[in-house]
Amino acid sequence: MPTPAALEVTDLVKTYGSRRAVDGLDLTAHHGRLTAVLGPNGAGKTSTIECCEGLRTPDGGTVRVLGLAPDDQRLRSRVGVMLQDGGLPTAARAGDVLTHVAAMYARPRDVHELRDRLGLDAFARTTVRRLSGGQRQRLALACALVGDPELVFLDEPGAGLDPQARAAVWALVRELRDRGVAVVLTTHQMDEAQALADDVVVVDHGRVVARGSVGELLTGARHTTTRLRTREPAPLEAVRGALRPGLEVRAEPDGVLTLTGDLTPQDVHRLTGALAQEGVLVADLTVGVRTLQDVFLELTGTELR
Amino acid sequence: MSALDGTAGTAGAAPVARRLAAQTRFELAAVLRNGEQLMVTIALPLVALVVLTSATAIELSTHGRSRVDVVAPGVLAFAVLSAAFTSPAIATAFDRRNGVLRLLATTPLGRSGLLAGKVLAVLGVQLLSGTVLVAAGVALGWRPTALGLVEAAGLAVLGTAAFVALALLVAGTLRAEAVLAVANLVLVALALAGGVLVPVADLPGPLAAVAPWLPSGALGEGLRAALTTGAVPAAPVLVLIGWAGLLAAAVARTFRWD
Ligand SMILES: Nc1ncnc2c1ncn2[C@@H]1O[C@H](COP(=O)(O)OP(=O)(O)OP(=O)(O)O)[C@@H](O)[C@H]1O
Ligand SMILES: [Mg+2]
Repeated sequence: MPTPAALEVTDLVKTYGSRRAVDGLDLTAHHGRLTAVLGPNGAGKTSTIECCEGLRTPDGGTVRVLGLAPDDQRLRSRVGVMLQDGGLPTAARAGDVLTHVAAMYARPRDVHELRDRLGLDAFARTTVRRLSGGQRQRLALACALVGDPELVFLDEPGAGLDPQARAAVWALVRELRDRGVAVVLTTHQMDEAQALADDVVVVDHGRVVARGSVGELLTGARHTTTRLRTREPAPLEAVRGALRPGLEVRAEPDGVLTLTGDLTPQDVHRLTGALAQEGVLVADLTVGVRTLQDVFLELTGTELR
Repeated sequence: MSALDGTAGTAGAAPVARRLAAQTRFELAAVLRNGEQLMVTIALPLVALVVLTSATAIELSTHGRSRVDVVAPGVLAFAVLSAAFTSPAIATAFDRRNGVLRLLATTPLGRSGLLAGKVLAVLGVQLLSGTVLVAAGVALGWRPTALGLVEAAGLAVLGTAAFVALALLVAGTLRAEAVLAVANLVLVALALAGGVLVPVADLPGPLAAVAPWLPSGALGEGLRAALTTGAVPAAPVLVLIGWAGLLAAAVARTFRWD
């Protein structure tokens, strides 16, 4: 990289009591790129981000934000923050909150444009307490961006958004990136990371378990994956019995069966044959496509956190 | 393009005076919009002033003065107490619980600006309630001297320092629901038994011994002395300064932002 990194985290450690929530984590983010931090619940994403925002004190390692220490006052006008737990004053009206945060900056973004882009006008006169979850998220995002920052930390910006709001948020975030802003976001939504991220960092148990571009993560994976959706619930045992050993079958929570391993035409034939015998109609069969979700589950396992 | 001019020190922040003014206005609006807070900071003292002055059925030891001379300073002390303690304690506790303190700390306002805005808003509320109460007192026949009012304002500032510190002490350590209860209970206890509404001399023995050493008693007695005799004894001033320093140090050690 020719320009210095916007964010440089080296060997970060954050402990709560005797528990190491962040355990030697490295993270780099660059101007004009979107870095997604992925990881299961409790992986240490928020702890990491909040150490970078100067809100938590690291127990080890170094954090440099735009070349400065994270608690440096000068960063306050150059870094935008969207917290996972909101942090918006609840008694004030949504529009007033945004105007108020804008007043903290010498050259804020155009408040009207932000309101318009994120559809805030519809509830600008509603108090924050009465906003829906997704409306609050959009207001919090507007507050993070209103100072026209060089670096933004967005902790789960996509949580609770409907498809329209998600599209608006994605467009805005892409535009920031294209204007040279360094964007760091955390998410559980694999499609969000896949759609937006230039760089992905997968975190588990406070450590980085994989990093790279979405493309690199997808091709570097161990197997190809096949996804099978059926009209009726798929009989897992029958499917298993019909397949060669070496092909792994798993039922996802949404009812989709995923098969990992290299699938041959014969395998597909046997698979649909077994389903036909059970009277189960195939609704959707996708062979050999891996999503970030597959990689994520492969890396972090299927156990609940 | 802001992302590339890596130089800008605090250039991107609004001037400190503008940030503080904005935060003060925002906090002030929050108090004025909140019915309960308006109630304890303005309506309640106003009602107390009118009722205690005019309802002669309630016995007061006036020591030869008119009723309003005795009532008005105590009511002003109560207004200072509720605006500086109860109201910011509750507001700050809920801001802390909702993450507002953390979010605003990441903007150019910062933590110090946030606290300064709260203190200025308290002074703003007191200016408002003080004006209303003095005007109401005058309408009821009270005639404070200009000197007395100036001294009273000075004492109110000292009392505010001590009570805002106490407010931050509870708001920064206890859960929001606990603060809600504590802030109101302490207000009632100090108003009646801490030398605020009821003069120390009229309190039962043990309380009368303790109250002058409390910030509430020092404020109440100080205001009564300033507004009746025009002379402020040193004791209440020193007691208030002592409490302000002690409580501020405690806040600095214990305040949790999240
Ligand atoms: N203030 C705290 N005190 C004690 N433990 C904490 C605190 N904050 C987080 N933890 C613990 O640290 C671990 C990491 O939490 P963190 O919030 O960083 O995870 P996360 O990756 O952001 O999770 P999620 O996806 O659910 O937001 C969790 O086990 C959590 O219980
Ligand atoms: Mg989190």
